[in-house]
Amino acid sequence: MTQQNRLTSGGRIDRSTPLTFTYNGKQYKGFKGDTLASAMLANGIDVVARSFKYSRPRGIVACGAEEPNAVLQLGATEATQVPNVRATQQELFDGLVSASTNGWPSVDTDVMGMIGKMGGNMMPPGFYYKTFMFPESLWDTYESMIRKAAGIGRAPKEKDPDTYDAINQHCDVMIVGAGPAGLAAALTAARGGARVIIADEQNEFGGSLLNSTEQLDGKPATEWVRAVVEELSTYDDVLLLPRSTVNGYHDHNFLTIHERRTDHLADIAPVNTVRQRMHRVRAKWVVLATGAHERPLVYANNDVPGCMITGAVSAYINRYGVVPGNELVVMTTNDYGYQAALDWADAGRKVVAIVDTREAAVGDRTEAARQRGLNIISGSAVIEVQGTKRVTGVSVAGLSASGAKVIGSVTKLKADTVATSGGWSPVIHLSCHTGSRPVWSDSVVGFLPGPTVQKQLTAGGINGQYETAVALQEGLDAGQKALAEVGLAVADVVLPEAKTLKVAAPMSLFHIPHLKPTSQAPKQFVDYQTDVTAAGIEIACREGFEAIEHVKRYTAMGFGTDQGKLGNINGMAVAAKALNKTIPETGTTVFRPNYTPIAFGAIIGRNAGALFEPERYTAMHKWHVEQGAMFEDVGQWKRPWYYPQKGESMQQSLNRECMAVRNAVGILDASTLGKIDVQGKDAREFLGRVYSNAWAKLAIGKCRYGLMCGEDGMVFDDGVTACLGENHFVMTTTTGGAAHVYEWLEIYHQTEWPELEVYFNTVTDHWSTATITGPNSRKLLEELTDFDVSNDNFRYMDWKQITVAGVPARVFRISFTGELSFEINVQANYGMAVWEKLIEAGAKYGLTPYGTETMHVLRAEKGFIIAGQDTDGSVHPYDLGMGWCVSNQKPFSYIGKRGMNRSDCTRANRKQLVGLKTKDPKQVIPEGSAAVLDPNGPKPLEIQGHISSSYWSETLGHSIAMGFIKGGLDKMGETVYYPLGDGTVIEAEICSPIFFDPKGERQNV
Amino acid sequence: MQKYSGFGLFKHSLTHHENWQRVWRNPTPKKKYDVIIIGGGGHGLATAYYLAKEHGITNVAVLEKGHLGGGNACRNTTIVRSNYLWDESAALYEHSMQLWEGLAQELNYNVMFSQRGVYHTCHTLQDMRSNERLVAANRLQGIDNEMVDAEQLQKEIPSLDCSKNARYPIMGASVQRRAGNARHDAVAWGYARAADALGVDLIQSCEVIDMEISDGKITGVKTKQYGVLKADRVGCVVAGNSGVLAKMAGFELPVESHPLQALVSEPIKPFLDTVVMSNHVHGYMSQSDKGDLVIGAGIDGWVGYGQRGSYGIIEHTIQAIVEMFPCTSRVRMNRQWGGIVDACPDASPIISETPIKNLFFNCGWGTGGFKGTPGSGNLFAHTLADGKPHPIAEPFSIQRFHTGALIDEHGAAGVAH
Repeated sequence: MTQQNRLTSGGRIDRSTPLTFTYNGKQYKGFKGDTLASAMLANGIDVVARSFKYSRPRGIVACGAEEPNAVLQLGATEATQVPNVRATQQELFDGLVSASTNGWPSVDTDVMGMIGKMGGNMMPPGFYYKTFMFPESLWDTYESMIRKAAGIGRAPKEKDPDTYDAINQHCDVMIVGAGPAGLAAALTAARGGARVIIADEQNEFGGSLLNSTEQLDGKPATEWVRAVVEELSTYDDVLLLPRSTVNGYHDHNFLTIHERRTDHLADIAPVNTVRQRMHRVRAKWVVLATGAHERPLVYANNDVPGCMITGAVSAYINRYGVVPGNELVVMTTNDYGYQAALDWADAGRKVVAIVDTREAAVGDRTEAARQRGLNIISGSAVIEVQGTKRVTGVSVAGLSASGAKVIGSVTKLKADTVATSGGWSPVIHLSCHTGSRPVWSDSVVGFLPGPTVQKQLTAGGINGQYETAVALQEGLDAGQKALAEVGLAVADVVLPEAKTLKVAAPMSLFHIPHLKPTSQAPKQFVDYQTDVTAAGIEIACREGFEAIEHVKRYTAMGFGTDQGKLGNINGMAVAAKALNKTIPETGTTVFRPNYTPIAFGAIIGRNAGALFEPERYTAMHKWHVEQGAMFEDVGQWKRPWYYPQKGESMQQSLNRECMAVRNAVGILDASTLGKIDVQGKDAREFLGRVYSNAWAKLAIGKCRYGLMCGEDGMVFDDGVTACLGENHFVMTTTTGGAAHVYEWLEIYHQTEWPELEVYFNTVTDHWSTATITGPNSRKLLEELTDFDVSNDNFRYMDWKQITVAGVPARVFRISFTGELSFEINVQANYGMAVWEKLIEAGAKYGLTPYGTETMHVLRAEKGFIIAGQDTDGSVHPYDLGMGWCVSNQKPFSYIGKRGMNRSDCTRANRKQLVGLKTKDPKQVIPEGSAAVLDPNGPKPLEIQGHISSSYWSETLGHSIAMGFIKGGLDKMGETVYYPLGDGTVIEAEICSPIFFDPKGERQNV
Repeated sequence: MQKYSGFGLFKHSLTHHENWQRVWRNPTPKKKYDVIIIGGGGHGLATAYYLAKEHGITNVAVLEKGHLGGGNACRNTTIVRSNYLWDESAALYEHSMQLWEGLAQELNYNVMFSQRGVYHTCHTLQDMRSNERLVAANRLQGIDNEMVDAEQLQKEIPSLDCSKNARYPIMGASVQRRAGNARHDAVAWGYARAADALGVDLIQSCEVIDMEISDGKITGVKTKQYGVLKADRVGCVVAGNSGVLAKMAGFELPVESHPLQALVSEPIKPFLDTVVMSNHVHGYMSQSDKGDLVIGAGIDGWVGYGQRGSYGIIEHTIQAIVEMFPCTSRVRMNRQWGGIVDACPDASPIISETPIKNLFFNCGWGTGGFKGTPGSGNLFAHTLADGKPHPIAEPFSIQRFHTGALIDEHGAAGVAH
């Protein structure tokens, strides 16, 4: 294919570097410097999409972020597919593969288009709310048809091969947009010595200057741009970010920038580079120099390919050397629209007419057109376009002075391109993100940024200032103001001279009338992507959807991927007219992040795959792996679950591990338990307030178990705390609850009791913990220490600072199995060495490693709870039968005291923790099962409680379970039933949860 | 009320849709009503509808400071389910579920209630225990809920990573197959239209600025736009602003208002027909009939009334989504927003009498109010009509925070309520 619309010279493309790309399976050529859109236009591609609702053919309308139609699927391989890429924002690279997303069999010849044509009238806004209701049973079928038509592009089916990252940035001045205003602001701020970040979504800086033939200081404006960028590049404290969209403006001048680092190079990022990067910026001051988007006019059949906005036509000619047609009709409400005709004529193609909706407007641009002899039709409008897949002609008619009515006769003109300009809408999106409401300006004919609490300045097009000279001056002023605000001196900047053109007043006109009423005229599109028409908006208003948010939601206006950049103001104007209100009375919808869409991958940066919640390993992890342990996820930790030996089932492993502990000695890696170092003169008092039991008298060298309750009195964590010194304790928490407990302590200290002198430090991974437990554990410990660990010298619930295997160790004589136990804590670096010594020395005592599952069985045999498993936020210590762990004698009170003493918490028949013995000793009740008193009783059966822990106990030769039963502590010996999902019922007897060694003799030996 | 149907659409298409009736009137408020409902969101509008329809009380006004359904009604992630843990909540949400079924026909407005299933994935042994407990309880409560294993889950949801390579490999899931999504705007509009047709006055842009209370009894409300409007009974259904209105009435509520965020991707071809929630990985997602991936994020830790939240929450949420659905990494996020949720300490709502006679509150739905809309309205209408709560609503009294009879649904609610 030849590039029939490419000019032989001009533009910012590199004709010496041709690039090949594919669109819908066909190869085309473009040049370096093209966007995908400009290359498609160069090749004369008219239809780039089928519309969402009516399947109408659509072409390229704009040249930037506001483009609603040219939304394509990109990607040469399955893994690199990217849905919904705007062709106007995608730089061309060699080998780019693109495809349109809708239309069957093809976007050019689409069967659905016929249905859209015929059924379109049946699809007014909200039609789906009014139908598909009968019969009710068919909704699933209707919906599956609707879903078949849903979506634009598609997600890849494979894993993303690219990587992403994020950087935190700080600066004095963050400048958004590198057009004339932004560059002037950046130059000023940089010369003044400020730390500056300037970001622009395009591939190069310059903004509107890149699209025009404008001159500064008598030279092409792009020369000035180049000089400024060169100078800015020399400052160490200035960060220039092209291809970087400031997507969100959050409270306290926090902004997010989405930088596309490699999307212009290839399908997949080159080796060792990240595809995209998020900059998370905290700026002292922000200068918004975001410019403006041109508004198309709304007229009949304005979506036929070939209908564009005037600024885009100029940009394609001046920047890309592409004239997107042969015969142009311009329709404009303002002077700027004339520029497209001038540029078109300069490119040597035919300007059929400039249709100006105003009568006798005189500005420098209008006069230039007149002098060129271009055909200007004043006081008129293009009321309708002919053509389906490309414009073939237009109907022009006179307008009444207000623009509300068509007057006079209709003239038909032959043309293949219609460029319209309804004026410009300042890009106020970012200024709205922080909650600032925009303000309508009659003179600008657009919304301007509203008052804000952010440290924010604005310059140029965003203020409705479209003349380059003014934009430059506003940029300079913003730069100087920012310098002053951050305490720097005025900078020395002389602005280049820009020619100031005389501009006639624009006409406030959005919706071009037709000979027929709007409801009967051919479709006049307001929002292309969501197929919202002027008639649709009128219907919404007529039906009572009068608030602009209602209009938006009922019609779907602005819900597309362009978020209504092109259509929203027009839609508001149509609604205002229908409601007989002004635009400011009608109000505006709220702009929210993102300004343009961002890949999920970019938002999460490195926190994917192996770096998503990285796995935490103990110092002995390698040993567990080598032993073939199965692992359990507990919090972020990988904990050995059990250690299967060859040929063993899981139950067999557990039985072996359990019996080893009961009869010999077992070893558990308990390093993951949360450990918090608590110090300060009020540490003891603090413990007394956060635990339900008493701590005043815990002596140095002693350990104590404690329950932690929420304000509601319900248990949420537990653990043993040891007294290391008068003002020094080490607290242990559950593995999964460690972070929450640490936060809990800090919250209470910082917000409720700041007067207490106490300090917390999380020391979980400072220590490695090997628990040896079982009748042989003392003998084993004696092998590795000179310390006298006899029962007389080292009592149950003592801790000692001793040497184990030659390493200083804190050894706690506490027990979670009911057996004689020692928890040996050593500095984590020694963890593996001490563990291996224990393993070696333990061989002759039958030392057996066991995992969390065996730990759970052993503690359940003893009736010890696991917080989180045997508690659920609804049980207090008394419900757990642990009233012994509550002290009501404490002078200050404690968290949860009031909660657990409320009337409902002290009533009879609360759910209480009990043991459950199945009638058939071999049956293990599934955890989670619900108890009932009579499985054959009337439905619904009242739930008496549930099973929280349930195991086979090899030690006891029968199953054991812990669970909750209403009033259970008073129902010992009674029978309850557990109906299962398969229809069977398990019968069980309520008993004490302490199944083994009820007097606790074994741990005391 | 003009009847909507496919045939009606065809008929109106012949007259260019010029003759559709208004969905609701735009009345000037009367000086006195039997019942005033403050708050024109889904719950308030449903309350008005059921008051008129089931209790014959039609001299009712709904006062809305903005536009109907403009708060959390249009900001949620549209999930409907009833598989809650405790009997009290299960009864409440199942009552709602049964009203959802057939709601489109009842209102003659397609609320697009799609029972395509809601899955809760389990990634740890404790997840499995919790979900098995939930399923067992629901079975006895007469609520459908079942466990599926990872292999079955992978078959039902091919895009979900059920492999052993996941950070927290999925061990199984519970699924309520009657659960699903509905179209949020349609619910508010459908109730509004039906309530209006029964004679309820829907007053938009009408802000309540004070309560008329004497001798511990409410007699009306003072509005910014229309002065004092009298009422025999007043029901307050204002979600995030409940605390503000309670303060006007002179008492405090056990609720905190937090920003809760949600986000959508660009529309893409549907690959997910169900709702998938993971309390462990902290993400949940569904895909709308337009093709947007609809993703619920978490709440900000601090309180506030600004309808926008912190960026960090968005980052964490998307991390979870990409971990669960690796195919979404190159999909692009279109839009994020926030709503203000009024959360109770036990993650259950309040449908209650108050210390002020004839003033009633329906609030505290926290992060999960959408699914409750029909049930909430239905029960609150009962409360307003009878002056005392419906038996299903009784446990949800404010009194429970005094007695301690809390209904702690944090487990069943999670982030993904």
